Amino acid sequence: MKRRKLEFLGASWLFWVGAIAIYAVVQVLFSTNVITDYMKTVIQLGCVMTIVSLGLNLIYGFNGQFSLGQWGFYAIGAYASADITYRYAAKVSIPLNLGFATFDVGKIAIFLVAILFGALLAGVIAYLFGLPVLKLGSDYFGIATLGFTIVVKVLADNSDTILPFPEMKGARGMVGIPRLTTWFWSFFLLVLCILILRNILHSTTGRAIVSVRENEIAAKAMGIDTVKYKTLSFVIGGIYAGLAGGIYAHLYAFLHPSLFHFIKSFDPMIIIVFGGLGSITGTIVAAFAWAFSLEGLRIILPSGAEAWRYIIYPVALLLIMLLRPQGLLGGIEWGFLKPIQWPRRKIDTGAPTVETATQEAV
Amino acid sequence: MNRTLKSLALFLGGIALGVAAAGLFMLFHSSLTPQELEAWDKDGVVPGLVMQAGSIGFGVWFLYLVGWITRSQIRKQAGAGFGKIARSVAGNALMILLGLWFLWRMFIQHPEGVLINPTLFAQYIVDGIRLGFVYALISLGYTMVYGIVRLINFAHGDVFMVGSFTSFYAIKAMRLHLLPAKLFPSLSQWVAITIGTVLVIILSMLVCALLAITIERVAYKPLRNAPRIAALITAISVSFFLEYFSSLPEVFTSNYIIYEQPFKVVSWKILGVQISNVTIIIILVSILFLLLLRWIVYGTKTGKAMRATSWDKPTARLMGIDVDNVITKTFAIGAALAGAGGVLYAIAYPQLIVFMGIMPGLKAFVAAVLGGIGNLTGAFVGSLIMGQAEMLSAGYILTPMRDAIAFTILIIVLLIRPTGIFGEPEGEKA
Repeated sequence: MKRRKLEFLGASWLFWVGAIAIYAVVQVLFSTNVITDYMKTVIQLGCVMTIVSLGLNLIYGFNGQFSLGQWGFYAIGAYASADITYRYAAKVSIPLNLGFATFDVGKIAIFLVAILFGALLAGVIAYLFGLPVLKLGSDYFGIATLGFTIVVKVLADNSDTILPFPEMKGARGMVGIPRLTTWFWSFFLLVLCILILRNILHSTTGRAIVSVRENEIAAKAMGIDTVKYKTLSFVIGGIYAGLAGGIYAHLYAFLHPSLFHFIKSFDPMIIIVFGGLGSITGTIVAAFAWAFSLEGLRIILPSGAEAWRYIIYPVALLLIMLLRPQGLLGGIEWGFLKPIQWPRRKIDTGAPTVETATQEAV
Repeated sequence: MNRTLKSLALFLGGIALGVAAAGLFMLFHSSLTPQELEAWDKDGVVPGLVMQAGSIGFGVWFLYLVGWITRSQIRKQAGAGFGKIARSVAGNALMILLGLWFLWRMFIQHPEGVLINPTLFAQYIVDGIRLGFVYALISLGYTMVYGIVRLINFAHGDVFMVGSFTSFYAIKAMRLHLLPAKLFPSLSQWVAITIGTVLVIILSMLVCALLAITIERVAYKPLRNAPRIAALITAISVSFFLEYFSSLPEVFTSNYIIYEQPFKVVSWKILGVQISNVTIIIILVSILFLLLLRWIVYGTKTGKAMRATSWDKPTARLMGIDVDNVITKTFAIGAALAGAGGVLYAIAYPQLIVFMGIMPGLKAFVAAVLGGIGNLTGAFVGSLIMGQAEMLSAGYILTPMRDAIAFTILIIVLLIRPTGIFGEPEGEKA
């Protein structure tokens, strides 16, 4: 009887309660200064990396297309959204006093518009780029997307000379981006991304996407438009990367082309391979672990040990590939993210089962 | 008689008619005096209209050209669907636009263009040949390994880097290039230095071959039957490991270091073009290695086994070929070539860093794809094209654009002809 009362929230009430609880706890820790500002940035970076990696997991983990272009879309989202806030955020200010706190509604609106624009731009470019390139085979596609990332990085390097954006300042790095990302936005946009991905994956579309990974020819034979679902997952992945780029740009308030070097495009790949291909839970866990191990360990470890991180990563990756190729949590989901087990419909066709048939034969 | 010629004639005739009409009109227009022109065309809109019509005409002409090229390509392939045609059209359009723009930039727009400064152009060509031969040494390893195990060996560029560093230590610490002169003081200096350089190259090749055998045994062999992507990720992680492990201060260093050439660099001016002895040595050594490789692959029993393995692995095994052994040998030969390439690259560009292998490695891979991966001649030709493209785009477009141009070429080639110039025009199977 007691459970019934919460049913209006649907099956997801525990997820929402959990999300709000995590948000509140971390917020309290922030405001009481238990967590330093540096760690706060690291946690938000974890959110950003989770969004990028979720997008890549959709492309590679669930749809089976080996893409190294995620970092290029991330760069596009970051630069596009930063450009908008750089131009307009200083001009818009609508303060709203709620008594206990003050919000600048205008700035928040500009921020949301900017990151949405960045995400959509990344999505459009992903569509245009993916349409011809997705037809290529597995590793040719990987190389083409790697080439895309390199081209984007070179363009970012020359954004003030080749591209008409003097405010991006090319290889000197873009400064003057307003610091608009807050813990609220980075966390709840992450929650939104998880929710959307989970709902996509548990729908017919999601099953079609997974079927392309499992066996493309069989999926085609079942009447699934594989090109459509490959493009769809590539575009959604690109949108996720663009969104994360926008959040990142307003988190650090500084963009430099070296952040978008193609070597870094292996970072989300490392995360999803560690966490598990085709596992949202694994991606979340691995992305936060990555953020803490990369940035958080910088405080704890002595300065010489920093160089060893990038030696430990590849070795661990190698071991995982050798021992558990599907990743630590490959195919495993926890709680809310688990696919819903719908009760199977019992079909009584009246046809003889194997046992009755053999009995009759005897 | 045949449709290709007919459509070509139609097309050329259409252009000729259009050009003639526009020319006649412009002639008529310019023959009028200003007063007559005023009376005839009051607001001066007609030239603008002609320009617009001309640009529309150019657009149509361009689409026609693209369609024509595409159709002749598509007709060779059976079962070309809409996606394939769209891909080809997009790729052709991009390639033609890029090519036209590049030619315009090279000949007309650039202040030091080909017509104004032909010596500079010749200089770029010579530099491009030098770079192309170094790429050829790397891309042969890529193409051999890909031909046999269908793996993009990302660590190949880092093996190349290890080759450079080995020669650095052989020269700086061991003074290996001076060893023959020390042992046999009676030798003439020229001969002694030549033998010393050859010793350095051989040492680098040996170290690289041993490294590649180790990598193959530890990382790739256990994954031989795993999905291809698992092997690819392993290759990437091996590449990372080599880079960052070498960048430790205890191993190599993470800074740039200046390379000491084993011989003195002399350059001559021939018709205003700087040609150094390094260029000549690179070309000679590369050609020597290419001939050697050709002999190994086509003239020896090992080569026969390699070709059989790349053709059909299970059948090769049935025929009594030790496939694992052949694969290890392939890795070793490819790595030895990369090691030689590393030494030559370091002599030509005497500045080393542990990340130096990434870009040449990727570009050599692009060259291998361009020529048709798995094909030795293709890799060689693709590398030469790549060297020219890189040098010319660095010279005539913008220096930082050289990497972008390389990968733009890759994407366009993959769109038009995924199997490369010399590859069989057949859809690649994942």
